[in-house]
Amino acid sequence: MSKLHWEDFQTGAVAVYGPRLVTREEIVAFAAEFDPQPMHLDETAASATILGGLGASGWHSCCLLMRMIAEGFLLDSNSMGAPGIDEVRWLKPLRPGTQIRVRATVLDKRVSSSRPEMGFVKFQYEVIDEQDAVLTTLTSSTMMVRREPGAVS
Amino acid sequence: MKFFEDIQVGDVFEYGRYTFTAENIKNFAIRFDPQSFHVDEAAAERSHFGGLVASGWHTALAWMRLMVDHRRRTDEAMRSRGEPVAGIGPALGFRELKWPKPVYPGDTVDYKSEVVELRLSGSRPHAGLMTFRSTGVNQNGEPVLSLVSTTFVERREKSP
Repeated sequence: MSKLHWEDFQTGAVAVYGPRLVTREEIVAFAAEFDPQPMHLDETAASATILGGLGASGWHSCCLLMRMIAEGFLLDSNSMGAPGIDEVRWLKPLRPGTQIRVRATVLDKRVSSSRPEMGFVKFQYEVIDEQDAVLTTLTSSTMMVRREPGAVS
Repeated sequence: MKFFEDIQVGDVFEYGRYTFTAENIKNFAIRFDPQSFHVDEAAAERSHFGGLVASGWHTALAWMRLMVDHRRRTDEAMRSRGEPVAGIGPALGFRELKWPKPVYPGDTVDYKSEVVELRLSGSRPHAGLMTFRSTGVNQNGEPVLSLVSTTFVERREKSP
């Protein structure tokens, strides 16, 4: 089966990836490497902060999301990467022992005016927990190869 | 961190540099962003990038680590002078993150932030909200990262 192209993404489509268990060990290891603030490293220090207990770095949530969507669909697509991220909101802490899923919604798609071989697919991603609470939202457009370059959508 | 009242719009924080290598690019991407152009040199040469490139998340997290280290050094220097240190965080998120150019092995990126907005918090009288734009520039002076973040910073004077 050929990999997904820009034409294969439909506005309004929703997919869910995961679940994935997030352990205390990986939260602390990620923070020690990339974001060594006390609230991500140590329960006692974290309980004295606004987080009220150990919580993952918000960037860790983003990286887990990235890995889950890579395995969920990006590695099976003709992705050309993303030029950036429109917005990330860290709404609730990601606690040790949480089973997360990622819900991906296609918000919009458009052809590229400067590069006829590709188009943009704009996604909203939500990291959700076992109770369907939304912990993190991320909005970003991915550049995707078109099956028929230059064709009008 | 300085207290909210002591920060001005236009203040610049310089964090230092990070050098990307094929090894650290692949080590990051295997764990968090295993797209072929981040993990496989041969596949990357056939891609539109023409060679291995760093995950954009790696470009951003190198900034995050340098910023956290810079804040810790600043706090230690303030404490050693007997000055009180303001709490910072949590961050609410970020927006307008852009990766204007790819980062290749051998690139050295210089990171800094500039304060762009300061406002009081409606929900937390003991803190203000600092919005800052952070940038990473490679050794040729080309921007490779830009983002706007907002975080709480403790106030010296608390509202009633």
